Amino acid sequence: MSGQRLRFFTFAAPSRFYSLSGSLLPWLWAAAALLAAVGLYIGFFVAPTDAQQGESYRIIFIHVPAAWMSMIVYLAMAAWAAIGWIFNARMASMLARALAPSGMVFTLIALATGSFWGKPAWGTWWVWDARLTSELILLFLYVGYIALVEAIDDVRRADHAGALLAIVGAVNVPVIYFSVRWWNTLHQGATITMSAAPKMQSTMLVAMLLLTFAFWAYAFAVVFVRARAIVLEREHDAEWVRGLALATRKST
Amino acid sequence: MLSAVPTSRPSVESTFTFSEPHLAARGLACRRGTQLLFEKVDLALRPGELVWLRGRNGRGKTSLLRLVAGISTPEAGEVLLDGTPIAASDERSRRVVYLGHQHALKDDLTSAEALEFLLRIHGRPSDRASVLAALEHWGMLAHANAWVRRLSQGQRRRVALARLVGETHASLWLLDEPFDALDTDGVQRLNALLLQHLQRGGSVLLTGHQATLAPALPARELDLDDCAAA
Amino acid sequence: MSATASPSLFGALFVRDLRLALRRRTEALLPIGFFVVAVALFPLGVGPEPQTLRQIAPGVIWVCALLAAMLSVSQLYSSDHADGTLEQLLMTGGSTTLIAAARAAAHWTLTGLPLVVAAPLFGLLFDLSATALRVLALTLLLGTPVLSLLGSLGAALTLGLRSASVLVILIVLPLSIPVLIFGSGAVAAVDAGQAAGPHLSLLGALLIVTALGVPPATAAALRISTE
Repeated sequence: MSGQRLRFFTFAAPSRFYSLSGSLLPWLWAAAALLAAVGLYIGFFVAPTDAQQGESYRIIFIHVPAAWMSMIVYLAMAAWAAIGWIFNARMASMLARALAPSGMVFTLIALATGSFWGKPAWGTWWVWDARLTSELILLFLYVGYIALVEAIDDVRRADHAGALLAIVGAVNVPVIYFSVRWWNTLHQGATITMSAAPKMQSTMLVAMLLLTFAFWAYAFAVVFVRARAIVLEREHDAEWVRGLALATRKST
Repeated sequence: MLSAVPTSRPSVESTFTFSEPHLAARGLACRRGTQLLFEKVDLALRPGELVWLRGRNGRGKTSLLRLVAGISTPEAGEVLLDGTPIAASDERSRRVVYLGHQHALKDDLTSAEALEFLLRIHGRPSDRASVLAALEHWGMLAHANAWVRRLSQGQRRRVALARLVGETHASLWLLDEPFDALDTDGVQRLNALLLQHLQRGGSVLLTGHQATLAPALPARELDLDDCAAA
Repeated sequence: MSATASPSLFGALFVRDLRLALRRRTEALLPIGFFVVAVALFPLGVGPEPQTLRQIAPGVIWVCALLAAMLSVSQLYSSDHADGTLEQLLMTGGSTTLIAAARAAAHWTLTGLPLVVAAPLFGLLFDLSATALRVLALTLLLGTPVLSLLGSLGAALTLGLRSASVLVILIVLPLSIPVLIFGSGAVAAVDAGQAAGPHLSLLGALLIVTALGVPPATAAALRISTE
């Protein structure tokens, strides 16, 4: 027996999101590609060689934007999840779920690129400096969130439980970062920091900014794609989805 | 859609029929997963009334009971206890007795201890004398110091129902399958308790599959099969 | 017949939990048993050199205490959820926050407090000085309640799920890292001849914030999980 469609109070109707994101996607991909191309060119070919670290420092053009994005995405995820929980807004919860895997990917990129940077500079594949360690813990927070929402069958309970966990995590992030920095300064001999970044010349800053925006555009695009898939999956009973499926079937 | 359908049972005149309802529920809708189980259910429990919730398995009888008790939030509609939304009501613990399908008796406690805990958290008299008296009413005094895990299903049901013995005022009883696992003697005792409760102005909402209610009990029926979401 | 007074609900629940644990003494002691075995593994794995052991002792003891505390936490609500007691507790009209606080308090009494008592004994195995052992006990005294509170939040979120026990650990461990750092840091500081004051103050602050903030969050999690 098919149940009736649920009418939550919606922050934004899934169908409106679907059409809006659909029209925005091509632009987002284009922007991401363009900004990434220009940014990488400047970063890898135009920006001058660093006196101390040579060519290997260039990895920070990817590392830093990825790290920033991993943080921003976590906060965005927590915020959307909270909105979805407090206002019972389906679309907000779906966005939160769509953000999580991307955030985790950015974290992994940040960790991997941090590792590549550390190897030539320090000779080891991993250094327990405050920022990298915090990044690692952020990865654990993402994994915990994703594991929790995937383990709960009931969609609404999963969304709300995830929201609570994300909020608790977000509140804890400053505490965790502070404690990790404390821990890092405690242990003598471990005066390893990644903040031995070269002084930023204007070309380097430009490259960094361009790549940050490229990451933003990419993040939006990828999250939209994922969110659209979630929308279709959850709203499969709705009229507009059936209409879409019918139209697709007719055109193929 | 439909409210409680007129009963086919012989109705017994009740002196309380025209009083204000203790509990009123309007437009209740319940969700399971992403489907609606039922919607637009209206319910009113007046003093001296017993409503028997019927329906096939899976229709949402337990879900409706939990909504009425204020344990879960309905998808739509509201439940009012004396005019206040039940979840926010201070009177809920005092005025409502909810006995779920599971007994809420811990295996590692004795029946007396388990009953005492339940009475105590609900603010009912939980001294030794009251607990033993309640157990005795159900013929379970001999098992007062027996571990709950050693009791049969029917015996556990009796201990769980012993909570009702100490109710002396016109509260609302929400009972989920109270006759389950009871033998004939148990059924009789429960019917007697129900009748006594109704006569002092209390009300009852219960679920059950078989027609074990005593014919003397004035009962309205609410059939969830008629309220199912399309 | 008045609504249950708050202290009465807390008390009834706390006493019941202790009584239930006493009836299952072996099960209640399992986390401690795990702690003992886990701690003993480290010297076996790392080598018996006293200097090394003394250096790794605070961290090892703290990590093992953390894991031991997490072991029993997932069962905190599962039994009550399965037999309908949780429903009854929610029906009492008593504050759900208080219920959450009572469960966390019972868990700490049964798991955290024995660790506080047992851990310094193991500190002896690692040749820690008397001052270090005192500080270790103090850090555990301040830190294990935080672990119980965080664990109860995790247990409430994962109520009734299949892989709840592993999931709780995954969720709660990142959040307990500050406690771990300050706790083991205090002992390491004392061992190195420095003051443990700052660490202990931070632990204390963490305890206060957690004790005030986590029970309401756990109550919200319980409501989410029983909807």
